[in-house]
Amino acid sequence: MNRRTLALVAGGVALVVALALLPLLALDVPGVLPGPTYTPGTLQLLAFAMLIAALALSYRMMFGLAGLLSFGHALFFAAGAYGLGMILELLAPAEWPSELVFLVAILATLVFGLVLAATVGALALRVTGISFAMVTLAFAQAGSVLIRRNAATTGGDEGLPLDITHVPDGLVGVLNTRNLYWMALGILVAVYLVVLWVERSRAGHVAEAVRENELRVRVIGLRPYDVKLLVFIVASVLAAVAGMGYLLLQSGAAPRVATADFTLTLLVIVVLGGVGARWGAIVGGIVYTLLDQRLTALAGSDAIAALPDVLRVPLSEPLFILGTLFVLVVLFLPGGIAGIPKRIATGTRQDPVEPKEATDA
Amino acid sequence: MDTVVLLLITGLGLGALYFLVASGLSLIYGLMGVLNFAHGSFLTISAFLGWEVGRRVSDGTWTGLALSAVVGIVVGAVVAALTELLIIRRLYERHIEQALVTVGIALASVALFEGIWGTDPIYTERPAWLTETTEILGARIPNDRFLLIACAGLVLGGIVLFLRRTRYGLIIRAGVENRHMVTALGIDVRRSFTLVFAIGGAAAGLGGVLASVYYGYVSAHLGSVLLIFAFIVTVIGGLGSLTGAAIASVLVAVLQQFANYYLGGTGDLVVVVALAAVLLVRPRGLMGKAA
Repeated sequence: MNRRTLALVAGGVALVVALALLPLLALDVPGVLPGPTYTPGTLQLLAFAMLIAALALSYRMMFGLAGLLSFGHALFFAAGAYGLGMILELLAPAEWPSELVFLVAILATLVFGLVLAATVGALALRVTGISFAMVTLAFAQAGSVLIRRNAATTGGDEGLPLDITHVPDGLVGVLNTRNLYWMALGILVAVYLVVLWVERSRAGHVAEAVRENELRVRVIGLRPYDVKLLVFIVASVLAAVAGMGYLLLQSGAAPRVATADFTLTLLVIVVLGGVGARWGAIVGGIVYTLLDQRLTALAGSDAIAALPDVLRVPLSEPLFILGTLFVLVVLFLPGGIAGIPKRIATGTRQDPVEPKEATDA
Repeated sequence: MDTVVLLLITGLGLGALYFLVASGLSLIYGLMGVLNFAHGSFLTISAFLGWEVGRRVSDGTWTGLALSAVVGIVVGAVVAALTELLIIRRLYERHIEQALVTVGIALASVALFEGIWGTDPIYTERPAWLTETTEILGARIPNDRFLLIACAGLVLGGIVLFLRRTRYGLIIRAGVENRHMVTALGIDVRRSFTLVFAIGGAAAGLGGVLASVYYGYVSAHLGSVLLIFAFIVTVIGGLGSLTGAAIASVLVAVLQQFANYYLGGTGDLVVVVALAAVLLVRPRGLMGKAA
């Protein structure tokens, strides 16, 4: 371990510690956060941003590392959220100790996510490129339809409320938001470490090689399919973990998280942050969530309401601003936010790590 | 028997709508390799502007509807051509980024439409004949289905004639076949990119006006709903194949109608399963080029 990595690790640990201490401090960042950092509202927003960052990180592992453009990542996030919610509801009458039930429910959801990911991945990875994107989109669409149709078990359009019978008391209620915040931070760190581990492993290197040139990997005698499936499954299970955190944080799951639009949002986040770097996905997730929340608050403000229609209408739609911002980033800032330092340092345009288009679709 | 006829003809009507969206998608993908997520927005803006003009001139008459259709076609073509010229052209040959940009346009435009026209569907007036039914073999078919089928037939015929009989059509067909060869022969293939976008946009624009007739309302999400099915149709039919898109539109829509009626409203699910099955058995789609 050389000096540079040591400094990076130390910096990372310090950052995590600083984030973990936030609920005990009264920092106020006007315009960015809705209130001081110890208030439940702010903690809730930050925790949500971190879960989205964790989800974006898992998506980046597929899209950025292995070059798998999936339109179905939301399916696994929803599988985590709805899976845990439905299993908790199912086990509500159980007589066992609450902690055991909670643990069993989490394990069962993980197994469910794993099986689902293995099935979908094994089928979808038989095709590549745009076809792969379409198959994953199809599965996600099916999941979304199933969730909206089966109102009896999933709550349909109303969403699924969290059954708190067996959820530990520390994770329930507005007063315990800081525990949920720490949980979200824990999930983000865990996801980061797993992603780091996969990227540094031999499988990660092969996945990267497959992204660059699948044919060459085959010629060397390696099987791209196995590696891609591994990356797909790991990323999907991580998404399910983030989904479980989302269910606990929001005390419920909304059908919106299963839609194709949600996956598109993830894509926007990852590209906004920068496909080339892991921290890009994290920054993208946090920036996007905060922007979304603050822009919504801005849209309802008096300053906007006083503007003439031509300005008022676009400015009161957060998604319009975010979408436009995204288009501008893709056009003028390839590499996203994570690409800015390098661009300043070298003074040149730096292209993001982009997957080569598959030729055998 | 009458149920089967009803389902077949209404399926054909829905298929006509899918085809109007999918034809443009398929041509654009075939020629330029761009998966155009903004196509639904072309449809929605045309539907809204067509409706705005139609209702100001004469609401609920054939003149109003015809005017809406003309406005829809023009708006769709112009918006699509501008999108290509101003945004997509800058990312020439970078397929992933082109797709990403269209995703951004789609998200931003839907939000903008919601801001202008609100989130709720706006119900439209239609000529009286379109709200009535006609009896064929004992089945009572809503008349608007015939309008849809006729329009889609005209568009299909028009595009096929254009591709087969004109010089630009020849260039486009050659471009779909092998773009680099066309460029090497000294033909500016980029001009036909704009043209293909305009044609696709015009078809989607007409589709938007007809969709407002079919559903009886216009809403900011009109395009996004149809776009997903149009993608499925395009992929099943084979990316880049116009005939494939036409056949797949009808197959998908009819399948959807039958599943909705006989399998308890599972139409969407069956379509998705069909897509997965087709891709796994025949990854290039029904009429797609071999890899």
